[in-house]
Amino acid sequence: MKVVVDMNKCQDHGQCVFAAPEVFQLDEGAHLVFVGEPDDSLREQVEDAADVCPLQAIAIED
Amino acid sequence: MPGRIVIAGASLGGLRAAEHLRAAGWKGRITVVGDEPHMPYNRPPLSKEALAGKTSFESLAFRPRAAAADVEWRLGTAVTRARPAGRLVELEGGERLPFDGLVVATGTRPRRLRCEGPVVGRYTVRTLSDAEELSAALTRPGVRVVVVGAGFIGCEVAATAIGLGVTEVTVVDPEPLPMLRPLGELLARALRERHEARGVRFALGQGVAAYSGEDRVTGVVLTGGAVLPADVVVEAVGTVSNTEWLEGNGLDLSDGVLCDSALRVGGLPYVVAVGDVARFPNARYDDVPRRVEHWSIPGDTARHAARTLVAALTGAAPVPAPFAPLPSFWSDQYEYRVQSFGAPVLGTADARVLDGDPAGDVLVGYHSGGRLVGVVALGGPSAAAAAARHRAELLRQPALTAQPGEET
Ligand SMILES: Cc1cc2nc3c(=O)[nH]c(=O)nc-3n(C[C@H](O)[C@H](O)[C@H](O)COP(=O)(O)OP(=O)(O)OC[C@H]3O[C@@H](n4cnc5c(N)ncnc54)[C@H](O)[C@@H]3O)c2cc1C
Ligand code: SF4
Repeated sequence: MKVVVDMNKCQDHGQCVFAAPEVFQLDEGAHLVFVGEPDDSLREQVEDAADVCPLQAIAIED
Repeated sequence: MPGRIVIAGASLGGLRAAEHLRAAGWKGRITVVGDEPHMPYNRPPLSKEALAGKTSFESLAFRPRAAAADVEWRLGTAVTRARPAGRLVELEGGERLPFDGLVVATGTRPRRLRCEGPVVGRYTVRTLSDAEELSAALTRPGVRVVVVGAGFIGCEVAATAIGLGVTEVTVVDPEPLPMLRPLGELLARALRERHEARGVRFALGQGVAAYSGEDRVTGVVLTGGAVLPADVVVEAVGTVSNTEWLEGNGLDLSDGVLCDSALRVGGLPYVVAVGDVARFPNARYDDVPRRVEHWSIPGDTARHAARTLVAALTGAAPVPAPFAPLPSFWSDQYEYRVQSFGAPVLGTADARVLDGDPAGDVLVGYHSGGRLVGVVALGGPSAAAAAARHRAELLRQPALTAQPGEET
């Protein structure tokens, strides 16, 4: 599974971090870092993360 | 055996309901009927980045999940009537759609002020076209703006107008401080100061008596007698639920549509409600049903309601626990973000600074009966991250109705 975050849209809300902590994290400076090609077993978590992003910045590109 | 589920309302709640019905195993038809001409789009930017021209209106559409690709969308069509007992809805134009299950997702619309005076020059912000019209009005040179209503949307519009270079922005509200009811005095004061530092003026403790002007608004007459000159008036005075189509069925529609703790409507196992229009008890706090107009709620309600509905229609195992979401909302004003987790509104009488100070980045905790019920951060990204660190603690708190020491 391939995850893409539109960094022009992302405003570091961190909602994705609660939904899929294994894929999305906020670094020391509270900026988003994420795993670009997470394991397929995490798909449901990542779909939830994409849902809850207020800026709708997360896309799943199989 | 699978039949059809009709979803009334094609916005965030309707979209998430369709997606979660598929996730919950519904194999039958799903038809979403919505009166707006667009596929579901994201509303929060309408008072923020999109109104400011920083994000295009076209980019606001949601990307539906792949599993919802076969959902039928009937857009630009209102549901005019429902007969839940006969499992039928009627559409604009007279067509009747029979259903096995119904999802109420018709949301809210802006409340309008009933005052004397012209209507041209008065704006609201709910839909794409509302925001496009307001954006055009705010970018006319030398425009004078009065925002009626100092809630989140009113204050966001004021901040966006300042960002667009408008020099005269006044916010009117009968309350003594902006955003007072949801946030309490401490943060309301801090926010007022930030707005004033950017040049926003406030006319608080008074309402609007009338609008002046001939064929378009030229001023706002306050209940105190003063007249504020205005070319653009934005009314952000709360919402009215879209439930007229459900009338005549003996449902409690006194404030949205009343739901039980599984999000069922009127005791019917095959009708559920989601999003802004749903008035539901949150088992995390108490048994008082409330509507919660936060962006996080359509998703949370849709997940729970979809499982309730699919269980009723297919005989699958029902959701064991009552609905108990942890609400969260944010608001962006200038470079500051307000980030909330939990239900601060239940603890405004006992609000304490947990970290920082109100002049800079600050984190406030809200308590009821000595228990933490909500946290709100005001400031930059690290303030919001500090609020997020309290989220786990909020999730661990026993229900407000539980006796001390009782586990939930
Ligand atoms: C300008 C603005 C800014 C916001 N900012 C924030 C924010 O910063 N943070 C936050 O947490 N929340 C924010 N919100 C709130 C959030 O957007 C809402 O909670 C969310 O949109 C609710 O979704 P919904 O699907 O329940 O209702 P709605 O989005 O209201 O959707 C209901 C849909 O049903 C349609 N409809 C109504 N009646 C009928 C009918 N009879 N037949 C067919 N269709 C019908 C409506 O036209 C609409 O398309 C904001 C809202 C607005 C308007
Ligand atoms: S939820 Fe969205 S905006 Fe927030 S950090 Fe994640 S991707 Fe960025």
